[in-house]
Amino acid sequence: MLLKTLTEAFGVSGQEQEVAAILREQVSPYCDKVETDALGNLIAIKNGNEKGPKVMLSAHMDEIGLMVMYIENSGTLRFKPIGGVDPRVLVSKSVYVGKDRVPGVIGAKPIHLQKREEADKPFDIDGLFIDIGAKDKDEAEKLVKPGDGIIFATKYQDIGTSRAKAKAFDDRVGCAVLARLLMMDKQWNFTLQGVFTAQEEVGGRGAQVASYSLEPDIAIAFEGTTASDVPGSKEHLYSTSLGKGPALTHADASFVADPRIVKRLMEVADKNGIPYQMRELTTGGTDAGRIHLVREGIPAVVVSVPTRYIHSPASIIDKCDFENAIKLMAAFLDSIEERGLPF
Amino acid sequence: MPVLVNGGLGMATIGLAEFLSSIISEPGASGHEDKVAAVVQKGMSGLFDEARTDALGNLIMLKRGIGRAPHPRVMLAAHMDEIGLMVTKIEDQGCLRVTQIGGIDRRILPGLEVVVHGRRRLPGVVGAKPPHVQDPGEREKSVKWEDLYVDVGLTGDEARELVRVGDIITFAQTPIELQGRFMAGKTMDDRAGVGVLFECLRILRDMRHHADVYCVATVQEEVGVRGAITGAYGIVPDVGIAIDVGFGDQSSVPEYETISMDKGPGIAISPAVHPAVFERLKTIARELEIAHQTDPSPHPGGTDAFAIQVTRGGIPTGLVSIPLRYMHTAVETVCLTDVERAGRLLAEFIVRLDKKYVEGLKCF
Repeated sequence: MLLKTLTEAFGVSGQEQEVAAILREQVSPYCDKVETDALGNLIAIKNGNEKGPKVMLSAHMDEIGLMVMYIENSGTLRFKPIGGVDPRVLVSKSVYVGKDRVPGVIGAKPIHLQKREEADKPFDIDGLFIDIGAKDKDEAEKLVKPGDGIIFATKYQDIGTSRAKAKAFDDRVGCAVLARLLMMDKQWNFTLQGVFTAQEEVGGRGAQVASYSLEPDIAIAFEGTTASDVPGSKEHLYSTSLGKGPALTHADASFVADPRIVKRLMEVADKNGIPYQMRELTTGGTDAGRIHLVREGIPAVVVSVPTRYIHSPASIIDKCDFENAIKLMAAFLDSIEERGLPF
Repeated sequence: MPVLVNGGLGMATIGLAEFLSSIISEPGASGHEDKVAAVVQKGMSGLFDEARTDALGNLIMLKRGIGRAPHPRVMLAAHMDEIGLMVTKIEDQGCLRVTQIGGIDRRILPGLEVVVHGRRRLPGVVGAKPPHVQDPGEREKSVKWEDLYVDVGLTGDEARELVRVGDIITFAQTPIELQGRFMAGKTMDDRAGVGVLFECLRILRDMRHHADVYCVATVQEEVGVRGAITGAYGIVPDVGIAIDVGFGDQSSVPEYETISMDKGPGIAISPAVHPAVFERLKTIARELEIAHQTDPSPHPGGTDAFAIQVTRGGIPTGLVSIPLRYMHTAVETVCLTDVERAGRLLAEFIVRLDKKYVEGLKCF
């Protein structure tokens, strides 16, 4: 199953090869050309009419995680975050170190040995470490090395009635949306450029260079975006809610969405009875922030699957939102075939 | 009603790693140990003569001694209950508010995977107030219990169908095989001790002993060493030994607070420990060259040893500690070799037990 395979894959920023290999195998039979570039972006092309526009769809392959910085004499590993890791979520979790997935755990001082006031302060990320069970530095060095990426050891699982739990829904759920669109047994009258980007979590680097090379006329980035529809959060700060359909962005901290494309997406959704919601916060940034400033500018939007607990070991989506994102995008592509670009 | 079953002595058994994996995978929050008890009993079948469960749920497995009665009675106690959470309220978003069972550092909870034992098992994730809606200054403080909840991916109405206030929640962490013989997972405190019972009885299967051996997987230790109180009362042992976990050496904890991993079990010296039992355990370990360490334990109340010690008119007690890292998290880590060494030490202690020794324990 695509969501399971993709979310369980190893792929911190700059080390996305495993995710790329899975996607390449999936989409290659349906695409005219599949290639990688110098930053590790995976680019899958479905050719259309040469005179038609070039439509770029993107989703980032990389996930937030950790990197091994140093191996202590005791064999424990010191680490730093790759991308924005909420430091509150690390302790008492299990991880995999490196592409060979050496199992490790992030422990903490037992509560019994803490002074009362210690528990009132969050753990300092610089004081945390990973234990792989190595008896000393020599043994650890045979298995891991500084620079190795570290991922959460979370397994994909269906939960509740229509929801799913996994690590890295940000943005493997976007990769899955894009893969499913590319895998539709269909050729449009325009060229479809599917880009699985590298290094979004450290600043949209893959997306920037890929959109430069591909020179698309329009770009849509797929994301797993924050859903804060949870207790303790005020309703006007939910940003998005699970189960209400894919989320469209008006603006975030990195860009203002092209209003003509947003309007077309809404029209298409309404016409086809596909639920959608507007992302209500303007914080955060995505690949679109880089894409829309490439060359002389590329009209861009973001379509997201709402995700609770992004950037943590276990995030949750509603699979209906995922399916509806695919439906909306398929209908949107059809609209370009029928009516051309929305500008 | 106490359940009496035949242990079927002499049947083949599984290995320690497999046994430990199977028992740490089961839920058993304090007061709700029935599922883990069943798996412990099944995994240890073939190693005892008979088993019964007392009114609190202690699983008491007896392996009889040979030779003439009266047989000295030795009780080995390791608790099978675990820390966990309990549902206190079901919110409209389908999220569950919780309180703790046993002592939990709330800072380990955000992002932790759990299982809610509702009308069916519901996998969930512990959520906390999202970072972007925290008030200024809140990030410098730990998450509050009242801001934590469990998300089981249901709507409020669906959740109310399947979950009730009072339902138990346990950690979902599956066993992790680390390097060497290190194994991590939830509830190694004190299922590693139950692993010691398993090892001890595996060794005793091939040894002759006069003492009747009562191996007890006790309940409700984490909420106040309660199971051992009734367990010891019912058994009336001549000597009781609790097997629990001790603080293993780890980064972030001073060396003097810990015992070393993979250097053998800690033999506790403590107000809860009879000095002659301590000496006998040390002597045996030294003579047989079983790796071991002294575990000075000034807290007299934290383990089943205390409950056994004050049973009836007082019972001579020992305490053996398995070094364990990251106590009361979902990734508690032990070295299997330490579990085996503790099992052997206790087996050698048991084969040396006789009437004279246990009577001597009353003469200070």
